[in-house]
Amino acid sequence: MSATVNRVGLPRDAYKGAATTLCAGCGHNSITNHMIKALYELGVEPHMLAKMSGIGCSSKTPAYFVESAHGFNGVHGRMPALTTGAHLANRQLIMLGVSGDGDTASIGLGQFMHMIRRNVDCTYIIEDNGTYGLTKGQFSATADLGSVQKKGGVNTFQPIDPCAVALALGCSFVARSFSGDGKQVVPLIKAAIAHRGTAILDIISPCVTFNDHDGSTKSYSWVKDHEESIADVSFIPFFEEVHVDYEPGTVRDVRLHDGSHIVLKKLGEDHDPTDRRAAIQVIEEGRAEGHLVTGLLYVDTAMSDFATTEHIPEQPLKDLGEDELRLSRDDFAQFMSEFA
Amino acid sequence: MSCISLMAEFSGLAYYAEVPVVIFDIQRIGPSTGLPTRTSQADLGFVYTLSHGDTKHLVLLPGTVEECYEFARDAFDHADRFQTPVFVLSDLDLGMNLWMTPEFKYPEKKFDRGKVLAKDDLEKLAGEWGRYRDVDGDGVTYRTLPGTDHPAAGYFTRGSGHDEMARYTEGADAYARNMDRLTRKLETARHELPAPVVDEKGSPIGLIAFGSTDAAVVEARQALDEKGKNVDYMRVRALPLSDEVARFVARHERVYVVEQNRDGQLFDLIRLALPAALVDRMRSIRHYNGQPIPAGAIIEPLMEQEAVPT
Repeated sequence: MSATVNRVGLPRDAYKGAATTLCAGCGHNSITNHMIKALYELGVEPHMLAKMSGIGCSSKTPAYFVESAHGFNGVHGRMPALTTGAHLANRQLIMLGVSGDGDTASIGLGQFMHMIRRNVDCTYIIEDNGTYGLTKGQFSATADLGSVQKKGGVNTFQPIDPCAVALALGCSFVARSFSGDGKQVVPLIKAAIAHRGTAILDIISPCVTFNDHDGSTKSYSWVKDHEESIADVSFIPFFEEVHVDYEPGTVRDVRLHDGSHIVLKKLGEDHDPTDRRAAIQVIEEGRAEGHLVTGLLYVDTAMSDFATTEHIPEQPLKDLGEDELRLSRDDFAQFMSEFA
Repeated sequence: MSCISLMAEFSGLAYYAEVPVVIFDIQRIGPSTGLPTRTSQADLGFVYTLSHGDTKHLVLLPGTVEECYEFARDAFDHADRFQTPVFVLSDLDLGMNLWMTPEFKYPEKKFDRGKVLAKDDLEKLAGEWGRYRDVDGDGVTYRTLPGTDHPAAGYFTRGSGHDEMARYTEGADAYARNMDRLTRKLETARHELPAPVVDEKGSPIGLIAFGSTDAAVVEARQALDEKGKNVDYMRVRALPLSDEVARFVARHERVYVVEQNRDGQLFDLIRLALPAALVDRMRSIRHYNGQPIPAGAIIEPLMEQEAVPT
């Protein structure tokens, strides 16, 4: 029996990685599986994938999928800088950054914001559990005010909401989801990869060891009870034909730069994902009502990405020859004469 | 200067993950914000081992504007060959003031990208390679570049402990093996870095300096010559130190290290590298007020110390 393969001729197993060393039941492991599914179904070529991360439980996960891809587990909160550098060196690579709430909302908040400001073409996944799991469960900066620690401590600080920050900065793609909601996470990962620009995907991902109890707003049960999806998300890649057989007025179709489509099916109130102020309002309302709003909050397909803005050549820098990289003798002589 | 402190963590990452990078440090005077528009040579010791843990870097020490240009070019070759950070230590005096310089020469040398495996190489090896495997015994391993179209091209690098195949490990042997290889690599590099420039006429007195101190040394030696005090001169141009330094010290009775920092950072590094029998020959002359060192700041302390019977 021949194994089923994707459009680049690879079986699903080619997208697997080393065995996870995270706790059984960790939300991050689910996200890893969603990632494998998304990358397999998209037919991403492993040698064109760069998996980037910072420090923390989340940042260990790039070792657990697509073993044959390139990967760089860097320093705490500095994934955006490494990703920006690697992307500029080779625009053809698919940059997939995995970060956590500590990495993103504390030590790396400046990097996170500047990456968004520049609109670096990459997918930025935040595996958000509101806690520092590797250092035994202190609150992170995304923990909600009043949420309760495993040992009873109450969080006294306002949370930093990565999606709200991203929206305030005009990020070109902002989505939120839940690790237990594969139906939503997988198409959002695909859409984030297809999107040209910084795609922020904040995925609430419960920490079973330190933050999955009553009083936590990042637990499986809390999220299940309070998740409010703004629309059903499906993704149609550029290599598949679009069949939209919904009734008129019930779906929104967002065409991405590479010819892919995000199809959003209305659930409750209509949300326009191209309206940034509406996205901010949806988050604020959800917060006021005690709901976790998930789905594609905002997308801007027209914004120029960093490498384009900076006129970085399409050809990977490694493929440029000496002739292209070295000044001509005449140009050099001209340059020197300016100092004479 | 202060931003070199901010980049300490990344420097350690580049050293351990073995990422080529060139960093120019135009030294201003610290500590902290210090005198931010004034010059010094006080980053030498700090930059050499920048970041926590057993970290050591290649440091180039240009002494003239022309060398700043040439070392900039060569630094990229060194970084690619040895897959490690290369720091070029200029200073505010050299980097921001106006200097006369001979015209720069057109760069004729081909780029040296070091040990990079392309698709064809991987096919020949049938994919059998390890990112941190020391095949040639010189401590320098082979790497691929992201985007190389071969199933074995990808590897997962990291600032955490890793084995020859770039896999995560906290294994005691693998850790020590890797650290020893990094030492071997720097030892390979040491012999390839710019050798010291020596101007020697058989004087019993030697003088060692680096970087922008050169201009003051040239003037001081001329003045000392006129006083009948001939002084030999070695200008160090890289760290880790060349073996030439110990040989120069061995040829002289007294050797003055002249530098623009308070603690005698090069003086200390040289003494650490010398055989014990030579350490007593070392003397230190230091200038550290934020102003470029004048010749007088060399002549006077040298004459003073020479007047004291040893």
